[in-house]
Amino acid sequence: MKKTKNKNMTIQRSPFFKRLRIDLRDNWTIYLMVLIPLVWLIVFCYVPMGGIQLAFKTFKAKLGIWDSPWIGFKNFERFFKSYSFRTILWNTISINVYSLVVGFPIPIIFALFLNYLRQRKLKKTVQMVSYAPYFISTVVMCGMIIIFLDKDTGAVNQLLRLVGLDGVNFMGTPAYFKDIYVWTSVWQGMGWASIIYISALAGVDYQLHEAAIVDGANKLQRIWYVDLPSIKPTIIMLLILQIGSLMGVGFEKVFLLQNDLNMSESEVISTYVYRVGLINSDYGYSTAVGLFNSMINLILLVTANQLCKRLTKESLF
Amino acid sequence: MSGKIGKSGMDSVNGKNRTGGGLTHLQKGKGHKNWFSVDKTFDVVNLVLMVVMLLVFAWPLWFVVIASLSEPGAVYRGEVILFPKGITLESYKAILEYKQIWIGYRNTILYTVAGTLINLFFTICLAYPLSRRKFMPKKIIMTIALITMYFGGGLIPSYMVVRGLHMTNTIWAMMIPNALSVYNMLIVRAYFLHSIPVSLEEASTLDGANPMQYLLRVVLPLSKPVIAVIALYYMVGHWNDYYSALIYITDQGLRPLQSFMRDLLVNNSITRVTGGSLSPEEMQAKLYLAQTLKYSSIIVATVPMLVVYPFVQKYFVKGVMVGSIKG
Repeated sequence: MKKTKNKNMTIQRSPFFKRLRIDLRDNWTIYLMVLIPLVWLIVFCYVPMGGIQLAFKTFKAKLGIWDSPWIGFKNFERFFKSYSFRTILWNTISINVYSLVVGFPIPIIFALFLNYLRQRKLKKTVQMVSYAPYFISTVVMCGMIIIFLDKDTGAVNQLLRLVGLDGVNFMGTPAYFKDIYVWTSVWQGMGWASIIYISALAGVDYQLHEAAIVDGANKLQRIWYVDLPSIKPTIIMLLILQIGSLMGVGFEKVFLLQNDLNMSESEVISTYVYRVGLINSDYGYSTAVGLFNSMINLILLVTANQLCKRLTKESLF
Repeated sequence: MSGKIGKSGMDSVNGKNRTGGGLTHLQKGKGHKNWFSVDKTFDVVNLVLMVVMLLVFAWPLWFVVIASLSEPGAVYRGEVILFPKGITLESYKAILEYKQIWIGYRNTILYTVAGTLINLFFTICLAYPLSRRKFMPKKIIMTIALITMYFGGGLIPSYMVVRGLHMTNTIWAMMIPNALSVYNMLIVRAYFLHSIPVSLEEASTLDGANPMQYLLRVVLPLSKPVIAVIALYYMVGHWNDYYSALIYITDQGLRPLQSFMRDLLVNNSITRVTGGSLSPEEMQAKLYLAQTLKYSSIIVATVPMLVVYPFVQKYFVKGVMVGSIKG
């Protein structure tokens, strides 16, 4: 027994490469296995990261990425000074903050209320139906929005006329764009987003509720003093994740809902990157704008994470 | 975050209904009547609220169904609101004749099936080594994978890589650039790590199984729930994928369903395709039909996902749970 232990100890202490060689010999299949996704990660995630140098270059097709001439921060300057910079930045930030402020708490409230619904069958039905929109693709979702909100034939306008109101040209009025974007996303995602909270609520220790009831708490007080503190870790983790993707949301949906009329309110960084990059083939400039976006994103994520760490001692990393 | 939440899914949510009834006698006994009434009001408000929510969720979906089944003119005039009017399958017949939808359908099925298999292969190939406690480069490979979750090259550099590999306008562009989702990989890894007892590995090693045999004979059969969940995540992703086609595909014959759906629903392309020598009435009928065609196409494009979903619903809910456990 003692001998084997000693033997293990020597293996432990042996130099790194020797240990690696032994591990490679014994578990070569594992190494071979991991090589496949590793190569994929390098080719499809890390090589593009190398391509970020385009942001500081002016792309010449003949020379390729590596040999194109450096131009420093000129692409960034061009973006900051461009006519549309303020609008695009404002649209990106406002749409995303609006989505967060509305879209984050609603599933929590929905889950809390659903949790206290006494009619079991109704509860199951509401849950089932609330998930369904999640499975609709972005394209179909946007198609539905456009059809439902059509100024002549749309179901919403027909309902409005039925109660005697005037029809509204929803998609043609820039001021409505953000509301449409955010509230339809709430409709589509809230049922799905609430699953995690509903399950977290199911895990709340029932004894806490019993104690609260004995102490005379009503249901609202139980929500506030028992349920919410119990699911706080879940809420915070999801909040950090959401803030981390704040600048990255919704290229597809914004892009599909865009039209010439609402452009002033609907152009965001990601659609701009697509337009100047793939449509106008302005590669260097487009990459610079995209890099600007992901830098803000990264800063937001790290800040949110640190802030939550300080305030609540919960963090993602 | 920890395994605190969700040892069971929705079932236990329902079990909690005893909260409502079981203990009220305590309150009564103590004579705290005012609290009791707060609770009663709460229940009534809650019930009303949830019924309203149910209608808000269900009506748009219901409307698509009834509009697709109604007589096109009635839909156009706004006579269809709660129930179908003049039930007809005309719009479904029209969609059968709409060739492009079926080309898209065929392509999407191919991308979904093959793409999901590729996804599963890549995901397991990465998750399994990373779940092995003695795998030496575990930390570094994990870091390499995690970084890609928060930072990437962006649109143009990724596009140039795919183009450089001559993948644009091939079926591979629809499957290879998104062959792996690190997030899903973490879910699988967490399952391998926490839901499969360590003793099983020791036992199978004693029985002479190598790591590969252990994966194929022990780990995978035990991981069916999590595999089902991420397979479904990937499937829904492929079925609804529009972005890859927008960027990498221009060949008409390779376009997926969603990209044709965009032409039809968002760009409104079909209303422009009207024949030359038609009488005004026929023109109008065609215009009406083009409207209901949109509804039936929504059904045809969405139903496959909605049909699959109830079968795996219980796994799905659990999958969201596993995902919440930090890897």
